[in-house]
Amino acid sequence: MEKKTPLYPIHLDEGGKIVPFAGYLLPVQYPAGVIAEHMAVRTACGLFDVSHMGEFVFRGAGALATLNHLLTNDFTNMQAGRVRYTAMCLPDGGTVDDLVIYKFADDCFLAVVNAANRDKDCAHMSANLLPDTEMEDISDRVAQLALQGPNAKDILAHLIDPALLPQKYYTAVRELLIGGVPCMVSRTGYTGEFGYELYTAADDAPKLWNLLRDAGAEHGLIPCGLGARDTLRLEAAMPLYGHEMDETVTPLEAGLDFAVKLQKPEFIGREALLAAGAPGRVRVGLKATGRGILREAQEVYCDGAKIGQTTSGTFAPYLKQAIAMALVDAGHAAPGTAVEVDVRGRRVAAEIVPLPFYKRA
Amino acid sequence: MNIPAELKYTKSHEWVKEEDGVYTVGLTDYAQKELGDIVFINLPAEGDEAVAGGALADVESVKAVSDVFSPVTGTVAEVNEELPDEPQQINQAPYDAWIAKITDVTGTEELLSAEEYAALCETAKE
Repeated sequence: MEKKTPLYPIHLDEGGKIVPFAGYLLPVQYPAGVIAEHMAVRTACGLFDVSHMGEFVFRGAGALATLNHLLTNDFTNMQAGRVRYTAMCLPDGGTVDDLVIYKFADDCFLAVVNAANRDKDCAHMSANLLPDTEMEDISDRVAQLALQGPNAKDILAHLIDPALLPQKYYTAVRELLIGGVPCMVSRTGYTGEFGYELYTAADDAPKLWNLLRDAGAEHGLIPCGLGARDTLRLEAAMPLYGHEMDETVTPLEAGLDFAVKLQKPEFIGREALLAAGAPGRVRVGLKATGRGILREAQEVYCDGAKIGQTTSGTFAPYLKQAIAMALVDAGHAAPGTAVEVDVRGRRVAAEIVPLPFYKRA
Repeated sequence: MNIPAELKYTKSHEWVKEEDGVYTVGLTDYAQKELGDIVFINLPAEGDEAVAGGALADVESVKAVSDVFSPVTGTVAEVNEELPDEPQQINQAPYDAWIAKITDVTGTEELLSAEEYAALCETAKE
């Protein structure tokens, strides 16, 4: 039985087409449709319910050491109010999840994890806590709304003095009132666009949604579903757990080197990653040069030999072309390489291209 | 939802119009709404054999691939060459954006009247 986020009745009112996703009933799209929602985020603004995400609080004198032990990134010199992306590995280097860490104080952090991995992450993290660390799963009490697009700041300016908002990418302000609703506001997102993620109490989420919808009316704001969230993140080449990486793919193979600090003295999976050396397969971007839409789990060929497979693929609404990400042999990963993708028995010509496909101007 | 009275329908949400032995086939308004934004169509070739209930073409929305099934058995006489460049015509005008015209028809799927098809769509929504 799927769970509902606190915004479920609003999604029905907004005409959302509801589907099960990661254990929740969520809108895949609203009446505007995936393409219009995607374009709204690129050119105006979109509002997403991402309350399904999991949130864990880490407290105590050992919290920092615990995170440095559990996660691949290094949190040692992180300032309060900063946000940091990281992977979490198994001892063999496979990826348990990818997540972001918020630092509130030297002894207080928040981890935001993928909904589908919440229970698994909770078990893995609980089992590997270092002394003087408390961990609490607060997911069910927290709602999260993503306000994404170039007009996001103008919309929030109706509800708060914009000087109070987090200014830099990957920073957050923990206690703000957005139209009177207590929120943590984070300058982050999963769309490749300018925007914010707002964390609030589950009970306040409908009020916050309505405030943002009203404030956004004159700024082209529309509600956006999971469909646009996926096409936007894919166009921005942001990896999605279960697609670009899973327990059989290391974060280095997935191209997340920037979040893996092998120079740290210790973390779970470090030895395996060091022993494996430079990855034999890497994440690349593909753009279809022939006719067809590339999808996930399709085989990729170069000169007739299989070199890997796609991990996500779609028609990219802003770029207006078929794109995919793939894990391929490192020897055939150079941009410009001509490949073919097996699209349900038909070979579609494609080319390896640099990532990201889309970068905000 | 738009279900023109003069057309026939399949249970798999294609519409069919028969005129002088030529069966014109497309996707219904219900189908295009369910699929969402259509971004690609893979058409059959002229001269291909169409088999009632068999795949005739495939359409892709942003999220998914879906087969278009042939309502009749016959020969593909003509395909709508505009659709590969403008597949969104199916969303915009599903009953104008025909996919293929089939001739030499020797058999058909069970075809529904507009009334029967409307009832089917109602059931599917519940």
